[in-house]
Amino acid sequence: MKFSSVFDIIGPVMIGPSSSHTAGAARIGRVARDLFGKQPTWAKIHLYGSFAETYKGHGTDVAIIGGLLDYETYDERIKTAFEEAEKAGLSFEFIPETGASEHPNTARIILGDEEGNEMSMCGISIGGGSIEITELNGFRLRMSGGMPAILVVHNDRAGVVAHVSVCLASHQINIGHMEVSRKERGTMALMVIEVDQNLQQDVLHELERLPNITQVSRIKNS
Amino acid sequence: MEVLFRNVRELVERAENEQKLMSEIMIEQEMGMTERTREEIFAQMERNLEVMEQAIERGLQGVTSVTGLTGGDAVLLQKYIQSGKGLSGDFLLDAVSKAVATNEVNAAMGMICATPTAGSAGVVPGVLFAVKNKLNPTREQMVRFLFTAGAFGFVVANNASISGAAGGCQAEVGSAAAMAAASIVEMAGGTPQQSAHAFSISLKNMLGLVCDPVAGLVEVPCVKRNAMGAANAMVAADMALAGVESRIPTDEVIDAMYRIGQTMPSALRETAQGGLAATPTGRWLEKRIFGGAVANSGN
Repeated sequence: MKFSSVFDIIGPVMIGPSSSHTAGAARIGRVARDLFGKQPTWAKIHLYGSFAETYKGHGTDVAIIGGLLDYETYDERIKTAFEEAEKAGLSFEFIPETGASEHPNTARIILGDEEGNEMSMCGISIGGGSIEITELNGFRLRMSGGMPAILVVHNDRAGVVAHVSVCLASHQINIGHMEVSRKERGTMALMVIEVDQNLQQDVLHELERLPNITQVSRIKNS
Repeated sequence: MEVLFRNVRELVERAENEQKLMSEIMIEQEMGMTERTREEIFAQMERNLEVMEQAIERGLQGVTSVTGLTGGDAVLLQKYIQSGKGLSGDFLLDAVSKAVATNEVNAAMGMICATPTAGSAGVVPGVLFAVKNKLNPTREQMVRFLFTAGAFGFVVANNASISGAAGGCQAEVGSAAAMAAASIVEMAGGTPQQSAHAFSISLKNMLGLVCDPVAGLVEVPCVKRNAMGAANAMVAADMALAGVESRIPTDEVIDAMYRIGQTMPSALRETAQGGLAATPTGRWLEKRIFGGAVANSGN
């Protein structure tokens, strides 16, 4: 089933005017911030397709910045997100692209902080405010952002997936959807695990201590 | 994770067999799918209802969009109703004005509840807050109105589409009008079968409606399509309550909508390349707003 909840139909509560170009855009920005783990100090946002053509009229730009500031789709501060970003020490740049993209509503967000941490993420807005994350730091993936999820960057070795799933099972955490992708065999890989409930910090720390794990991040369900 | 209904026939049968409201079936399914309590689910929908009410109040005070293309029509309609000159009935015009109010607030970047999308967010609340003055529902019944609308929308979203880019405006305002029609019937004390007939009658008269927003923005003609969606819902509900039946079963109407959407040219599916968007005035407005850039796709 494409839509599983009544609140996919009656909802989301959001700042207008467009569920895909405003609410979806805000969600893409917020997932990027969530995955980065803290507020970035700079961001470069490449817009493709319809996002590139109509972002000003739809407030797609302020919505994405609002998302990077951790605003929900219904936060009235979305409208003044540019000023809020300045106050919060977030500098940003929008780059409308003319090239083709896999989906008409695509945004690629590259962001980072003063300490040199950097992240690149690609998100698409698929309608009614629903989104998908299609790429993270060069890894292809497919994630809705609507469910709590854990993303684990790890060495591409036998047994890593088993260690992670055993750890989750020991905390009674049920896996709803899971996929593993890698750039090349034997190098780095990414596990995307959608789970049924939000994860506590201690579970993340436990995952980080497992062998061959390089990085663990999570998406909270709002 | 149990799905209690996959189509309208199953929804109606379950409501009849178990002697329950369709809103109740929707709540039960949501509880099963999400493992949340009835109270949590009900509270979330109540919050949606509050957002709808606030959007209407704001729109009736008068708003203007960022582009200046839309705003102020809800106020005109309310004044007209108060003048006593209305021809099509004050409840109907009230629903129309409240649908317009909601979408004017949406275009002005105000807070709304997507129902089922932002571009079609006015129909269900517009109708609900108009019939409220006639049927005097409790707050709980008003929340249930939204669950019933959600139940029908759930079927449409999964078996056809609620996206203008995928299925044209029939999938957005068309779905919203039909959902609203079904809910009015339940609130007015009609049977589940009558709700299904109201849904069918409404959607049948929205079939083929294209999505052709000027400059790709959710303004022209979206606001006025919501107005007519509300009017359509009210009349369809009255017809079903009068005993008029749809000859084509609801699920077949939904399937027809899906197939029409699939064969609709892309220029008429939210790309701002056909229909009203491609008229000389539509193009002129687009140029005025974006300074010559070619716009694509709205909601």
